Formats: sequence, structure tokens, C-alpha cells
Amino acid sequence: MSAVMNAGGKGAGWLEDRLGNAPWLRRQINKVFPDHWSFMLGEIALYSFIVILLTGVYLTLWFNPSMTEVVYDGSYAPLKGVKMSESFASTLHISFDVRGGLLIRQIHHMAALFFVAAIALHLLRVFFTGAFRKPREMNWVIGCVLFVLAIAAGFSGYSLPDDLLSGTGLRITQGIIQATPVVGTWMSFLIFDGEFPGLAFLPRLYSVHILLIPGLILALVTAHLLMVWYQKHTQFPGPGRTNDNVVGYPFMPIYMAKAGGFFFVVFGTIVALSGLVQINPVWAYGPYMPDQVTAGSQPDWYVGFLDGALRLMPNWEISALGVTLSINVFFPAMILAPALLTVLALYPWIERFATRDNREHHLLDRPRNVPVRTAIGAATVAFYIVLMIGGGNDVIAYNFDLSINTMIRILQVSLFVVPVVTFIVTKRIALSLQRRDRDLLLHGRETGRILRLPSGEFLEIHEPVDEETRAKIMAKADIEPLALPEAVDEHGVANPEAKKGRRRAKVSGFFYKDNVPLPTEEELAAARHHLEHELDEAVEAGSKAAKEIAGQQSH
Amino acid sequence: MSEIVRSGQEAPEEPDFAPAEHVHPRRTDVDPRAARRAERQVAILFGLSAVFTLVALAAYVLIPVDAGVSLPLAGPVGALNVALGLSFGLAILCIGLGVIHWARKLMPGSEVVAQRHELRSTDEDRAAAVAAFERGLDDSGFAQRPIIRRSLLGALALMPLPLVIILRDLYTSPPNALSPAEQLSETIWDGGVRVVSDIADRPIRPEDVPIGGLVSANPENLHEVEEAAGNLNARAKAAILLVRMRPDEIVSEQGEGWSYEGILAFSKICTHVGCPIALYEQRTHHLLCPCHQSTFDLADSGNVVFGPAARRMPQLPITVDEEGFIVAQSDFQEPVGPSFWERG
Repeated sequence: MSAVMNAGGKGAGWLEDRLGNAPWLRRQINKVFPDHWSFMLGEIALYSFIVILLTGVYLTLWFNPSMTEVVYDGSYAPLKGVKMSESFASTLHISFDVRGGLLIRQIHHMAALFFVAAIALHLLRVFFTGAFRKPREMNWVIGCVLFVLAIAAGFSGYSLPDDLLSGTGLRITQGIIQATPVVGTWMSFLIFDGEFPGLAFLPRLYSVHILLIPGLILALVTAHLLMVWYQKHTQFPGPGRTNDNVVGYPFMPIYMAKAGGFFFVVFGTIVALSGLVQINPVWAYGPYMPDQVTAGSQPDWYVGFLDGALRLMPNWEISALGVTLSINVFFPAMILAPALLTVLALYPWIERFATRDNREHHLLDRPRNVPVRTAIGAATVAFYIVLMIGGGNDVIAYNFDLSINTMIRILQVSLFVVPVVTFIVTKRIALSLQRRDRDLLLHGRETGRILRLPSGEFLEIHEPVDEETRAKIMAKADIEPLALPEAVDEHGVANPEAKKGRRRAKVSGFFYKDNVPLPTEEELAAARHHLEHELDEAVEAGSKAAKEIAGQQSH
Repeated sequence: MSEIVRSGQEAPEEPDFAPAEHVHPRRTDVDPRAARRAERQVAILFGLSAVFTLVALAAYVLIPVDAGVSLPLAGPVGALNVALGLSFGLAILCIGLGVIHWARKLMPGSEVVAQRHELRSTDEDRAAAVAAFERGLDDSGFAQRPIIRRSLLGALALMPLPLVIILRDLYTSPPNALSPAEQLSETIWDGGVRVVSDIADRPIRPEDVPIGGLVSANPENLHEVEEAAGNLNARAKAAILLVRMRPDEIVSEQGEGWSYEGILAFSKICTHVGCPIALYEQRTHHLLCPCHQSTFDLADSGNVVFGPAARRMPQLPITVDEEGFIVAQSDFQEPVGPSFWERG
């Protein structure tokens, strides 16, 4: 051991002579990372990405992304003698003739599902806790771009084997491209080197999938992590945790061990699952033929919402002046989804418009404490889920024996109604939770122990909240809605900013006017006094429970 | 005596972290026996990992690639995949679990506190940076020499154009090729081209199509065209469906005399985004697209009755030739497949 340490020390010394990195190194070793289970979601995304890169390199050793037709002659008997593309044939080769090839393919696909899911959940965590606020807006935008890239990576990946399912997905994509106003036909011809399917597309998609997208993801992930590292991680409120400190574990050894260990846990889980669960059995779908289709074809889950948007859109198309505008295809695929993602990426600035808040925020919000943000998030999730259900409407209709037409009509209405209802309900729940918090601070926890006093009065013993809960609740920042600006100043001159100010005040009121304020110092003191008095009374009356509680209090 | 002090060499003004106030000792902190037990558990996990790795290696060597095994829920699956995946997965997992267990039980268990510092630099530092930048800008003369600035910006704006123009040949059209819109507007169907069934690849007589029946079909010359072109482009447009209904059930057709004794031919490619369609309901004569549920009424000119598709299913005019086989009267009279801008 000591020999290794000596060698390591020598190496480090050699480097330090040349880089002068000792102070930097010391700070990194001692860097403190806060702990919370929800912080692991981003880690899962990172680790699945590493697994994807690793297995992806293996797959490139055998995969051949060519659309040239060959006659299959591998060991999967049902498809022997069938004409198919090289792409599909080499996928079968990996799955049936390369030892462990199927496992690598399955790990790659499974890790991709983990990757997108973890990013989506991580994004929700960051949104609902307000971790995107200053100074982390840039990282929020990078995260949103990574989400889009992850979907693109997944889609481009599962389109490569050229099986019947993925080929159908590509056909739909081509139809969408072709529906672009003015340039759609040419765009499609450029992308496919002529008509669909052509021979050029899969090799092109391959370089996008193995070079362009992963390169971008790698660059952005690096920037994302560097920024997290540099700005230090946010933390949840708790005793001793403030906006000016970071409470957690030093990088070495604890964070390093936990994060490093967790990489192996994620990797191992994906590998074991890939051994047990069959994922994307392309041989069962068969090779792609542009005149064949399987019923109930479903994309991977993260493309479902786009497919749902296509399904729920009314069939509006304008043909006039010698041209055709396919709103039915163009709007859901090329307007709605990008608009949704753009608004998501710009959300930090939308909220800042209402708060005009320029402080740095390192303490996370509890979702209840920002009811309108939480409600907006929940409504957006509801919108997304309705679209996603739309993407699987045929499977649902079939399994539950519903009319597909009724189902689509219901979903079309739901797309507008459900988010509104979700918004209202979520906001109400958040406000109720705020009231409960306030109540807890003022009246303590109900112990359920009822005491009858000598005077005949009944009394429930209340226990003051513990320090941890109190710290959590008290960390809430009460934000006052911005006041309406004066229309004229004291000299009677019209305020040129009045109109903008009124708009701002309106948005701000929408966000913050229903806030349930934390109790004031006086209210807290009065409540404490009342609680103590009550406890005293109970102790005098001989309550054991009250004595216990009072004893804990005096500690 | 050197006065130079490198910023990194200054003594730290504050410790990197301090212990947090709240400390909850763990069993392993107070009970040496518990600590030793945890130590053993960690080592066992690492040992298990090594064993699983050896199992994975053995599985690779011993299990033939085509051996199957039946699992309770998954059904028949590849034995090698299951063995390799499980053993290798567990080998990795055990390392992770061991390390985390080690961190949680044996490494220092109490939190520490570090101070954050405002990310914004001091006003002086910011002003100094601005001054340095302005000095640099001044020295370059970028602001003072507009002719250099403008010519450089102009050159830089033009410079990427060759990279863009080269992308034009992403689509290499043969000489005299039709425009993209024209290519999309025609198929290889033509007057007298026989209809052959998709599966058997044989010409079809009217009596081969029963009332209520549905036949997936292609033009007879498809294979030659595909072989010559080396791609499946012709197929993606030419695929059709033959249906037969009682002539009195036909409400309307897209052209007079386009059907033959109740047999109608429609494009198989959905007018929404191009999925091939094969779900046909005999009783209602409705054709349902499996991708986005567009529904077409084949008894009524293939009109859209439901779903996101905006245009009817194009009908192919058919008749029979002198040998009694079903043939096309001509190509489709409107573009098949998804809409496009120039379609009109």
C-alpha cells in the first residue's frame, strides 16, 4: 500500500512541479456536496450516458448502417432467405451470431431509456425546487437542450436497425419533413437523397447518431457538470442550512465513494435488467418494407408525446393559390413541440419577470411554497401526459375495449381541460400545505393525547415541532407581489413606465398574491407562550406525556 | 528576497469546511463489533463481484450462442444473454453496493459545512476586467479602423457559404430528372400494368377477390424497377389495396368506371404522413391507419371520415385485360402519400 502511495505521491509531485495545482487540488478534495435522494436523478442520467457511450462503441464494431439489399443467411432461422437491408442483417448478426452481442445491444437500448427518463425526472426536480433560479439559469438552458438531444439520440438510434417498426417511424418523420411549408419537399429530397426511403438516409443518420449528437451531448454535459461544480450544488432547507453555506459531505472520500459506487449500481442494474428483459426484439418485427406495417406500432416512450400530438390534431389542411399547407402535420410536430420546449427553456426569465428577483438562490424551494410555479409545472406535465396517452390511444382502446373515436375526442377535450384543472387543484393543495405549515409552527403537532383537567376542561396536548421541521418551514421566502406603479409622479408627470409596470404587477400578483405568509415573530412568541402555558397546565394536571414533552423542551 | 507571491500559494483564509452542528453517531461509530461486521460485509460484496465476473467469463465460454432457456415471465429467451447479463450485472452491482455500504457505515458519518461566496466579483475586479478588455480593443484598433472591421465582418459572413452550398448535393438528381414535386406526383402504375398480389406475387383475376375481401397488391413491374433502381422508392408509392364490395354498396367513386365489378383499388399509403394501411373493416368499408387512426370510407370515394388525415385515399382506376387479369387503366390521377407544399 505504502509503495503505491509513494509512487502516487511522486506522480502528483511531478505534476505539481509543472502545473502548480496543489491549492486547486486541495479545494476540490475538500469540496462539500449536499446529499438528497433527488440529486441522484442527474447522476443516473450521467451514468447511463457513460454506459451508452461504452456499449455504443462495441456496437459500431459489428453494425453496418447500409440500406443495400442483401439476402439474410445468418442463424435466425425464421428470416433465412428473406431480403433485407445490410443494416437489419447486421443487427440480426449482432443479436444471434455475436456472443454477448445481444446483451450489448440490449444494454445500449436499456441505458438509453434510463438516460431520457432520468433527464426528464431530473428536469422536473430542478423545476419544482426552483434550482433554475439565479445563478443557475445557464445550466437550466443547457439541461433543456440536453433533454432535446437525448430524445434525438434515442430516436436516431432506434431508427438505425431498419426493422419494420423503426422504418415506420422514419416514414412518419419523412412525412412530417415533407409537410414543412415552402421548403418541405426539397428538405425531404436533400435529407433522403431523393424519394423515401432511398439508400442514403441510414448512413447519414448513423453519423448523426454516433458522432454529431453524442459529441454535442458530451460537450454540454461537461459544461453542465463544470458549472455545477463551480457554482456548488444547491441544498434543501434544514437546520444549519442557509443560502450562504453548503452542508454535506466532502468530495473525498464520502461523495466520491457514494457517487462512484452509484455509477456501478446504475451500470449493474442496467446490465442485469438487459439480461432478463427483452427490449426491442427487431427480429420479431421483420425487415422494413415501405408497403408493410404492424398494427399497434408504438415508438419508444419519449417520442410518444409527439406521436400523440399528431394523433389528436384535427385534420386541417389549406389548399389555395396552387400550394398546400398541412397544418394537421406541421403544427403539432414543428410548432407545438418546439414551442413547448422553448417556453420551458425560457422559464427562469418568465418567473423573474414576476419577481424582479436578482438575488442568488442556493437554498431550494419546497414546491408548496411557490404554488403558482408548482401549478404551472403540474399543468405542463398533465398536458404532456395527455399527449403521451394520445400516442398510445390505439393500444389503450384495444385493451380496454373502448371506441378509438370516442377516446380521441375525449383526449382532444382533455388536452385543454386537464391542465387547467391540474393547475387549480395543485395550487390549492400547495396553499393548503402552506397553511398546514403555518399551523404547525403556531400550534405544534397534535399528539392525540386528550387530557381532562380538574376543572373539567378537555385539552389536547400539542407538541412543539422539532427543530428540523421548523428549520424547513422557516426557510420559506415570503415574496410580496410587486405593487402597481404610480400613474403620475409627485409633480403630476405621467410615468412612462406605468404600462409596463402594471403588466409586471399583474403577472407578479398572479404568482404571489395568494401566498400564506409565515407567522411573524410576535405571533410565534405568542404561540410559544400559549403552548408552554398549555403544557404547564397539563403537567400540573399530572400528565406524563406533557412532562416528557416539557422535559425535552427544557433541554 | 522575492516579493512575488503567487495567489495560489497564500495560506487559506478560512478552512475549507467545518463540522456541522448536528451529529448523530451511527452504530458503527460506537460499537467496534458493528464496525467489524460492516467491514466484513463490504469485503464479501467485493468478493461476490469477483465470483460473478468469473461466472460471466465461464458463461461466455460454455454456453452456445444459440442455446435457449425459458424464464417464468419472459418466456423463451437466449440462455447466453440471461447468464451473461445476470452475472456481469451482479458483478458490477456488487462493487457499487460494496463501495456505498463502506461510505455509509465506515467513512465519517457527520455532515460538514462550507461557506459559499457570492459568485459576482467585486466592482473593482469587474472594472479592471472592463478596462483590460477596452485596452485590448483599443490596441487592436477594431473600433477605430472601420474599414478593417467592416471588410473583416463581410469576409467572415461570406466565408461559410461554400460549406453551405456543398450541401446542395445531398440530393444528387440524375440529368433530366423530374423535379421533386413531380417525382412525388407519379408512380410506376400505368395503363395495362397488371396488379399482382403482395404475397404470392401473381396476377389477380376478379374472381380471386371475394366480396368483403382485401388484397394487398403491387404493380407487376415493381421488382424490375426495384432491381434497376436499387432502392424501394417505387414500392413506397405504388402499393395498393384491392377491395371488393357489392356494386350497390358503392356510394361514390373518384372517377366513373374506375372500379371493376365492385372491385376498387386504392393507394395503400396514408395521406397523413405515409404509413401503409391494412386495417379494413368489411362491414363499414372503413380503412383505418394503424399509425394515427385516420379513417377512410372506401365505399365513398375513400373520403376521410375520422382522424388527422386531410385528404381522401387516391383511387387507382382499374379494369381487366384480354386474359382476364386486373390491370390499371392509368397511373393515379392525384399524388399518393403525404401532402407537400407544391401539391396544390
